[in-house]
Amino acid sequence: MTRKRIIEFHLNGSPQEVLCEPRQTLLEILRDILQYTGTKEGCNNGNCGACTVLFNGKPVVSCLVFGVEANGAEIETIEGVAEKDGLAPLQRAFLEEAALQCGICTPGFIMSAKALLKENPSPTEDEIRFYLAGNLCRCTGYDKIVRAVQETAKSVTRS
Amino acid sequence: MHDFDYFAPTQLSKAVALLAEYGERAKPFAGGTDLIDQVRLRKLLPDVIVDLKKIEELNTFEITSEELRLGAAVSCDRISRRAEVRCRFSALDDSCRLIGSIQIQNRASVGGNVCNSSPAGDTNPALICLGATCHLVGPAGTRTVPIVSFFNGPGKNVLSPQELLFEFRIPTPPDHSGSAYQRFIPRNEMDIAVVGVGASVRLDESGARFVSGRIALGAVAPTPLAVEDATELMMDSPVNDDTISKIVEVTKETATPIDDLRGTKEFRKQITAVLAKRVLRQAIERAKSNETKSNR
Repeated sequence: MTRKRIIEFHLNGSPQEVLCEPRQTLLEILRDILQYTGTKEGCNNGNCGACTVLFNGKPVVSCLVFGVEANGAEIETIEGVAEKDGLAPLQRAFLEEAALQCGICTPGFIMSAKALLKENPSPTEDEIRFYLAGNLCRCTGYDKIVRAVQETAKSVTRS
Repeated sequence: MHDFDYFAPTQLSKAVALLAEYGERAKPFAGGTDLIDQVRLRKLLPDVIVDLKKIEELNTFEITSEELRLGAAVSCDRISRRAEVRCRFSALDDSCRLIGSIQIQNRASVGGNVCNSSPAGDTNPALICLGATCHLVGPAGTRTVPIVSFFNGPGKNVLSPQELLFEFRIPTPPDHSGSAYQRFIPRNEMDIAVVGVGASVRLDESGARFVSGRIALGAVAPTPLAVEDATELMMDSPVNDDTISKIVEVTKETATPIDDLRGTKEFRKQITAVLAKRVLRQAIERAKSNETKSNR
């Protein structure tokens, strides 16, 4: 179809060029075209937050963004979170605090929590729960996730 | 998903030309948090989507002593980051912080919330109590519609298929004014209002009398409502429990809710009264604290 178009954007700092249809969501582009399957599809209607990515630094649900909108944008996914020498402090804290069971919600939680801590390095428990309200987890009961974010905030503030 | 073509014009005139050309086959698009889901569910089957976010007029965000000019595509996140909005247009700030999640607020716009025209849309009562006007543009030029007259029914409004909403204007409230919006939802966050109530008040310098005020309701009728009788009651009346009870009573009477999965008629009526009292008290408190600030 002539409607296909080329979009260019930065994904985790690397330039990408993708041929896509306007109806393809950013989530589909990441998972189905670029094979960046770390970002998960949950509800596919904007409620669960599993597909959260950072769009120009802001958390968005990639199932409610058209891929064509990403033209010229900076996109960051879970694949870009780890550091050169291993997991990022936030990822380590999720493991240490056992903040995941099935793991489907985890990439979305990490992206949201990363954005939160960048904006607010020492959030209160209420602030964490409010900011992460758009990410649903059916396994942990949330307490462990909140603790992982609190621990990350503490360790980063200490260092 | 249903197939469509996508345009992202940078000129307002180009967007108007696209809507004139495609009419009902085109859908204007801002944050997409309602639209993308509706296309995915095949509730809407547009041939063309016109992304408005790159148009300067849709991104206006100016506050003067006279008015707030708010482009229809400005995101809820951008709005709630402005301290002047928090202070002067508190009800709007309250509603922008309540819509969806942080992820949704980063995308969703007030223009989109209004054009989606859900009876339960959170920004609607806030805009009504603040006296906003909607600025529309189409092939015949621009026109202005008071927000309270914008809605025709659930999902329905005065926009023709060839028109788009490009801007809101809200008069900047004078000193000793305050406003608030609250809603009831059964969860803590991330839900649709069972009832939403907005209130704005202007007090005299002593803070003992109402000079004027407005109450607006969401989710208790086919469209968001202004409570006319409350406006009447707040004209030059004392700020006391008696006036507040009367306002709450007429507000409750104005609500004509239905039974649905979110709540019964009786429950919604009762919650309308509870929220009306709370937002009114909050708006009064804010009016008094705004007074303190301007005296400093």
